[in-house]
Amino acid sequence: MGEREILAAKRARLELRAQVLNSARLFFSERGFLEVQTPLLAFELAPEPQIEPIPADEKGFLVTSPELFMKRLLAAGYEKIFQISPAFRRGERGRRHHPEFTLLEWYRIGVDYGALQQDCRELLTTLCRGAGRDRGWFYQKRWLEAGEDWQVLTVREAFREFVGWDPGLDSDETRFDTDLVEKVEPHLGFPRPCILKDYPANQAALARLKPDDPSVAERFELYWAGIELANGFSELTDAREQRRRFEAALEMRRQLGYPPYPLPEAFLDSMAHLPPCAGIAFGIDRLVMLLADADNLDQVVAFPPE
Amino acid sequence: MGTTLTAGDLRKGIKLEIDGEPYIVVDFEFAKPGKGQALYRCRLRNMITGSQFDRTYRSGDKFTGADLEEQQMQFLYHDGKRYHFMNTSSYDQLELIEEQVGDAVNYLTENQMTDMLLFQGRPIGVSLPNFVNLKVARADPWLKGDTASGGTKPITLETGFVLQGPLFIEEGETLKIDTRTGTYVERVK
Repeated sequence: MGEREILAAKRARLELRAQVLNSARLFFSERGFLEVQTPLLAFELAPEPQIEPIPADEKGFLVTSPELFMKRLLAAGYEKIFQISPAFRRGERGRRHHPEFTLLEWYRIGVDYGALQQDCRELLTTLCRGAGRDRGWFYQKRWLEAGEDWQVLTVREAFREFVGWDPGLDSDETRFDTDLVEKVEPHLGFPRPCILKDYPANQAALARLKPDDPSVAERFELYWAGIELANGFSELTDAREQRRRFEAALEMRRQLGYPPYPLPEAFLDSMAHLPPCAGIAFGIDRLVMLLADADNLDQVVAFPPE
Repeated sequence: MGTTLTAGDLRKGIKLEIDGEPYIVVDFEFAKPGKGQALYRCRLRNMITGSQFDRTYRSGDKFTGADLEEQQMQFLYHDGKRYHFMNTSSYDQLELIEEQVGDAVNYLTENQMTDMLLFQGRPIGVSLPNFVNLKVARADPWLKGDTASGGTKPITLETGFVLQGPLFIEEGETLKIDTRTGTYVERVK
């Protein structure tokens, strides 16, 4: 097939994608969220050991997520904001990964990650209804339905059940990631979405630790049909602790031989005014893939990479 | 010496050297928890023995690309034990045993041009054009009214290879054969 035929054959899926984006915008604007746009070309980013930015301009990067900009808005007094933004991550290419993808991010002040989990339930119910999937459907021959009664598992419970070791006692991140992908994820989110929460403190990223159990972070991931759809946290608001974590991430990058970056000073400065808040990044392309019963992301974007 | 590759270079069709042998990635999947390490899940096929295995690599793993070279070579003759080939530009000759020639033995006739795959200068495989023309060495005569055989009969080609073909094929005719499937395509006038 030539390009014209391939694009024409994608029409129903591109219409579904547009439907999901429209429903998401309506969902958040009806709830009083302000839609914002932040730069795609950024000059500082959150150092993460395992996320590689795509360099752009002389000193810049394409954003790996709009997170830092969104939190700078919260620090300036914006209470509820959302954004639908492209994000870019170098070297991520597979059935479930594109180096350029679409994130839906939303942030709220005065709540913790529990409120975001409830947002997810309502959002998915709404998006499924908009896509005509509210009564459930078969994704790759397995039944899925949104519903609101979701399984909620802590990381510790999931590892005990599916892997047989306690990630609270063992901090080997390679083993954690491998077992998560190969032994835990395939079980999560059938037929309804599943929340995997309370990650080991060494994988807190930008999340705050749980006040009554600092061995874990208030971070959760949303899974559906074994696929990671979203990552949310109660945000860390302690600038000193955040700086320490960024420095540790940079040190880990150095040990792994990855390129260094400068610390995101503008973001760290803004943290002095960051109120208690929670935020989440949700992968739109993957949700469209599920709703479309598509086997891979290439089928739900008009122009796949390469 | 092959080029150095990293896990990020892995994809279907990439050829690697592992423990001194050439492997090709026949199946590939990239997996990565959002904030976690990338996993590169590969199914690898040994290009000499054909055996396959699965292995998961991680970012930071390094590889040596397999030093493979393809040369156009002409098949000269089969001496009962070995198959002799010649590079028509350098006139270099090499010999292969039947196992190394593989399925191509079914279609090789003298002077046939082939693509020879060499690993570190050693031949590991012979590939042929998708279609070759071969003479029929033996075919039973067509008995009118014989419908029990379902419209085909065994045909022996000049190379000794036996395949199923239409009832009307006769000895001495030339047939076009698909070397990928080992099937009859059409008669060649």
